[in-house]
Amino acid sequence: MKILVCISNVPDTTSKINFTDGDTKFDANGVQFVINPNDEFGLTRAMWFKEKQGATVHVATVGETTVEPTMRKALAIGADEAIRVNSVPTDGYFVAQQLAEVVKNGGYDLVIAGRESIDYNGGMVPGILATLLGMNFVNTCTNLEVDGTNATAIREIDGGKEKIATTLPLVIAGQKGLVEESDLRIPNMRGIMMARKKALNVIEPIEATKATEDTKFEKPAPKGAVRLIDAENIDELIELLHNEAKVI
Amino acid sequence: MSVLVYTESENGKFKKSALEVASYASAIASEMGSSATALSFNASENDDLGNYGISKVLNVTNENLNTFTALAYADAIAQAAEKEGATVIVVSSSANSKFLAPILAAKLKAGYVPNVVAAPESTNPFVVKRTAFSNKSFAFTQISTENKIIGVSNNAFGLVENKVELTVEDFSPSINDDSFAVKSVEVDKVAGKVTIADADIVVSGGRGLKGPENWGMIEELADVLGAATACSKPVSDMGWRPHGEHVGQTGKPVASNLYIAIGISGAIQHLAGVSSSKVKVVINTDPEAPFFKAADYGIVGDAFEIVPKLTEKLKEFKAQNA
Ligand SMILES: Cc1cc2nc3c(=O)[nH]c(=O)nc-3n(C[C@H](O)[C@H](O)[C@H](O)COP(=O)(O)OP(=O)(O)OC[C@H]3O[C@@H](n4cnc5c(N)ncnc54)[C@H](O)[C@@H]3O)c2cc1C
Ligand SMILES: Nc1ncnc2c1ncn2[C@@H]1O[C@H](COP(=O)(O)O)[C@@H](O)[C@H]1O
Repeated sequence: MKILVCISNVPDTTSKINFTDGDTKFDANGVQFVINPNDEFGLTRAMWFKEKQGATVHVATVGETTVEPTMRKALAIGADEAIRVNSVPTDGYFVAQQLAEVVKNGGYDLVIAGRESIDYNGGMVPGILATLLGMNFVNTCTNLEVDGTNATAIREIDGGKEKIATTLPLVIAGQKGLVEESDLRIPNMRGIMMARKKALNVIEPIEATKATEDTKFEKPAPKGAVRLIDAENIDELIELLHNEAKVI
Repeated sequence: MSVLVYTESENGKFKKSALEVASYASAIASEMGSSATALSFNASENDDLGNYGISKVLNVTNENLNTFTALAYADAIAQAAEKEGATVIVVSSSANSKFLAPILAAKLKAGYVPNVVAAPESTNPFVVKRTAFSNKSFAFTQISTENKIIGVSNNAFGLVENKVELTVEDFSPSINDDSFAVKSVEVDKVAGKVTIADADIVVSGGRGLKGPENWGMIEELADVLGAATACSKPVSDMGWRPHGEHVGQTGKPVASNLYIAIGISGAIQHLAGVSSSKVKVVINTDPEAPFFKAADYGIVGDAFEIVPKLTEKLKEFKAQNA
């Protein structure tokens, strides 16, 4: 089985978000970038397929040279090869078209992406990618087993979960649950050394259209001070929620 | 030309979010000088939609579509859009809508914008306001393609009553067997329980509750309020609660009208996922807990004393205001 893990490079979850150029651009100054948490679960699951089922695992990112440390980290965790499509990831539609080309040329059976990138929260690259390629697709995937060309997945739904049966070739959008939190891998010295010898292939983007563009950003209005209510006076809380906030 | 909206139902009944997206679609339609058409699947109460500005419903009656199948539903929506000449399609933020929207985007070569929180800033060019960076900011996103898909955030637009004349039409899209290649085998869902996605009120517990055995009082409070229950990440990691209840940046987003956080410190990753809730109440023993900076109302104190009292008082309040 040949697996491609799609990785987006995102600000660390603790990052403060700021903008420059009159609030039109994300300010990457001083921001630490990491593998998108949803993709980290997917990459670890891919390692499981590599170790238990002999799968080959490649990772792909659409991004400029600045994403290479994140790709090296994926190689250090155990991916066999990395592919970088040399382009600014302008929007989800554009990124999906680039990745579709990579998948087509690489003959992958399984594509593991994440439910959403925690920066732009598009939640669309995997679904668009699958549809462009005519591959089966499971969103919000929290468990995946593959047996030959048959796949069984669990998908999170509102208020519960759903068991799904499908076949390869398949794209999943994964998230927490795909592997245990405690099984997530941190690159060790040996992995880091080995990663230096692995291929990080850079390919040029294909001609593709984009569909959307963020023209401006705005930070939420600062919050007023909290209204503290005495623990002995719960009636006041109920009164405020009813008459002032009007939520009960 | 019209605006098409996918109105989700469960066992024939529309979800509240369906009426919200219907309201949203009819607002865009009137802005663009057109009308709003809804697409429903096996729904029994289509007339309801007329109260929210929908003038036409295409209702699909098809047993094969009783269980949600993303690709088959996307096929049907694409065909309905073509039939109606609709270039703007509105969906909700439910798990099912977020599943089918990207598929539909690829089929229609449409720009898709999820997590939209307000009516369009303008329709020419088409610009919508959405949340980004896990609620740490808003983005104004311009859609440049002819076809456009808008995913509306829960509780962001609200229900807007606007009674219009409604016609209901049967619609039979042709759907290939191939579109059922991703099969639902089993659905595991607690019946009759409010879900985080649909809830007006969410009651959430953190590590401060000490253990799973103490969740009874959280559930009782949620019961009185008709609320969904949720939890912080460590609580689900430790197996005190199911993964599906984990909210925050890496869990489910919460956009309820009221969010009550009990024994939750308010870490940045937690707040990122819940901050678009309108009103936040925090109950915590530590007055320095960061959540107090993000909350509207707060009680400094022990959850084990406050929560049962609050539940009792709310019962009395409900009895008086019933
Ligand atoms: C990559 C990454 C992603 C993450 N994503 C998420 C996410 O999506 N969601 C999320 O929730 N977290 C997330 N986290 C974890 C987050 O950083 C915090 O660790 C977590 O939110 C803390 O959970 P908590 O508030 O329940 O626990 P704690 O931080 O331990 O807080 C417990 C609180 O309970 C209070 N307390 C104790 N006893 C009582 C009592 N008797 N009555 C009332 N209050 C009491 C304490 O004062 C304290 O404030 C993420 C972390 C990382 C690194
Ligand atoms: N620039 C990118 N390069 C590679 N994969 C990406 C990129 N952007 C998004 N993805 C993949 O698509 C998933 C969903 O991203 P998004 O649609 O941007 O929310 C991510 O978790 C990644 O797996």
